[in-house]
Amino acid sequence: MFDIFEGYDLLGAFWITVKLTVFSGIGALVLGTVLAAMRVSPVPLMRGFATVYVNVVRNIPLTVIIVFCSLGLSNIFGVTLGAADDFEELAFRLAVLGLAAYTAVFVCEAVRSGINTVPVGQAEAARAIGLSFTQVLRHIVLPQAFRSVIGPLTNVLIALTKNTTVASAIGVAEAALLMKEMIENEAQLLLISAVFALGFVILTLPTGLFLGWVGKRMAVKR
Amino acid sequence: MKLRKVTAASAAVLAITLTATACGGGEKDSDSGSSGGGEKITIGIKIDQPGLGLKTPDGSYTGFDVDVATYVAKELGYDEKNIEFKETKSADRETALSRGDVDFIAATYSITDERKQKVDFAGPYLLAHQDLLIRADDDVKDGEDLNGKKLCSVTGSTSAQNVKKDFAPKAQLQQVGGYSECLAALQSGAVDALTTDDSILAGYASQEQYKGKFKLAGLKLSNENYGIGVKKGDQEMVDKINAALEKMVQDKSWDKAVQDNFGPANYQNEPAPKIGNIVQ
Amino acid sequence: MTSVLYDAPGPRAKRRNIFYTVAFVVLLALGVWWIFSVMGDKGQLEWSLWEPFVTAQAWTTYLLPGLGNTLKAAALSLVIALPLGAVFGIARMSDHRWVRVPAGVIVEFFRAIPVLLLMLFANEFYSAYTGVSTDVRPLYAVVTGLVLYNASVIAEIVRAGILSLPKGQSEAAKAIGLRKGQTMTSILLPQAVTAMLPALVSQLVVIVKDTTLGGALLAFPELLNARGTLAANYANVIPSFIIVAIIFIILNLMLTTFASWLERRLRRAKRSSGAVLAADTAGAEEPVAEPGVKTDDGRAT
Repeated sequence: MFDIFEGYDLLGAFWITVKLTVFSGIGALVLGTVLAAMRVSPVPLMRGFATVYVNVVRNIPLTVIIVFCSLGLSNIFGVTLGAADDFEELAFRLAVLGLAAYTAVFVCEAVRSGINTVPVGQAEAARAIGLSFTQVLRHIVLPQAFRSVIGPLTNVLIALTKNTTVASAIGVAEAALLMKEMIENEAQLLLISAVFALGFVILTLPTGLFLGWVGKRMAVKR
Repeated sequence: MKLRKVTAASAAVLAITLTATACGGGEKDSDSGSSGGGEKITIGIKIDQPGLGLKTPDGSYTGFDVDVATYVAKELGYDEKNIEFKETKSADRETALSRGDVDFIAATYSITDERKQKVDFAGPYLLAHQDLLIRADDDVKDGEDLNGKKLCSVTGSTSAQNVKKDFAPKAQLQQVGGYSECLAALQSGAVDALTTDDSILAGYASQEQYKGKFKLAGLKLSNENYGIGVKKGDQEMVDKINAALEKMVQDKSWDKAVQDNFGPANYQNEPAPKIGNIVQ
Repeated sequence: MTSVLYDAPGPRAKRRNIFYTVAFVVLLALGVWWIFSVMGDKGQLEWSLWEPFVTAQAWTTYLLPGLGNTLKAAALSLVIALPLGAVFGIARMSDHRWVRVPAGVIVEFFRAIPVLLLMLFANEFYSAYTGVSTDVRPLYAVVTGLVLYNASVIAEIVRAGILSLPKGQSEAAKAIGLRKGQTMTSILLPQAVTAMLPALVSQLVVIVKDTTLGGALLAFPELLNARGTLAANYANVIPSFIIVAIIFIILNLMLTTFASWLERRLRRAKRSSGAVLAADTAGAEEPVAEPGVKTDDGRAT
């Protein structure tokens, strides 16, 4: 029954899905935190830029962003991300870039709502003892903010895992592309779909449960 | 009370969307229902391939496939205004025919043994070859020259994969959504060549914006016999279409259609194929 | 607007802020200049590539029908997913285990699977097992995929909406002798629906964006796909992408603005019970966390 999977690199495809998730997750976390810091920063222009970025990127379909990374950034602007001679690797890196740029918006909004949960008095006390904006953010606000947004960030991570399937639009050989190829070539639609669905359940459910548990343990007791 | 209003307004919006979409659905059904009504004929074409089948800004269709289909339909006794063109994606062609969604298909449809088991073919009406499109100042003599070069391919299409497998294992493949994206990449220098049937390539290269910028390499990597697909078992239709195609070649309409649609990008068309003569 | 994170700037801070602003402007300007110069070099700024977008035909033949299909698929998906999601959301709160558990499993299952996979499956399913016409099959597949996913998301929105109501409501209903079904239909649901409205409108943004998956992989003729036909005519790949992105931004901004207007309005009107689900949680594609996790105390920066 499962012979149809011979000749297809199922694990390899899901491994690429995992790699896409991890790399773009890290990128999104960094970029998203920077954006969140910009959104609360004292410099009006930075606040404006971050707000515009969030409102623009959040409203563009991910498909458009990923395809544009390939056609626009790479083909027109010559961005090669150090993989000019290997198109497969280049497509992968461009997909990571697109996914990170897109997901960063949701990280930013989650972190920003986390910043809002830190009581006013804490930041005021920090300022009163002479800490600067960056110090307040780094030592007082962000550590607490992150602990309270583990839940929302978990949801962002799960959404990201599923969004990696969009990378198939520029030919990254991840799970969705393999599934498309398989259901075109093989007759067993239900079995193939069930296996791929199960693959994603295995990827997302434990992440959700584990991080949900971590989030509860880490939550700031108030 | 204000709340009530908001709820009521939202409900009204919902209701409007519901009825609107319901109407839309209804129209669709009556459309497909009328296609079997004798008066009209529905023909499957491509709508995004310059030179073969293209939806132009004024909503009409142009291209070689469209010209052939129109000629055939007229020979079958249909008035030009009763011809309805419908987009058939490559993957849907067999289903569309067997379901009767279209009466026949002229959409870069190569005759193959595998397809002949599901549909019948009239023709062939054009012999095309897989070829490469390159920048006008570039040169590719044979398939092996592609080693180390960058090829553009459409996601899910096999022609580029075949080139990589058969001629140039060291070629790089960039996958994009459509051929026009490949043209843009070829123009910007991001890729060195794109490959598919020479008829399709010639159609793209003779577009206004691209005139003189690209040329065909002139390699005949495969033979593609374009046929007109009809429902399996409809021999009467096949015979009628074949007669129409023969007439089209005789009265020179065929030559005119080739000249109108395949521009100056070094495209040398094969002479009109004999009906039933499939070049392997 | 003063913030809690920094003091009102004094002379030194003002100077520093000006320096940062100038540095940032220079960086931005450099970026913009680079973008325009490269696009100019590659001939992407030529008027002939952009000209089609000021002609009526480009819009009436390609873009507007595409946008129409986008909206049609999105509206259909929402309208079908809404009752389905409500049923599953309520079923998840049932007192009966045999109702609660299967509903929960189904909802969690469809939330865990990428919409793209659901669409691919639906497309092949309709092709192999049903006689759906090839014209409308992509639409059916897109709507099916969107409904399966969004119904499970809406189920969670409904559940959160009902749980966000004060407990006293259902207790009072019980006290005056209403049965469970009556409590749900005449006390809890009507209030929850208004509380959910902003989140539902925001979910529409997610749906609109997801229709493009069908355009890219199933050839559903929505806006992104119509762009392909347009670019085949005018040979303007990059400009057409930019225009389509702008259309999506405007459309979705209108929806989010409407959602937050709705939220503000409801919040003002509903101060007594305070049950309004925030609009912007839905932007995250995995909208609803645990109910009540959002503590918006008006301290937005």
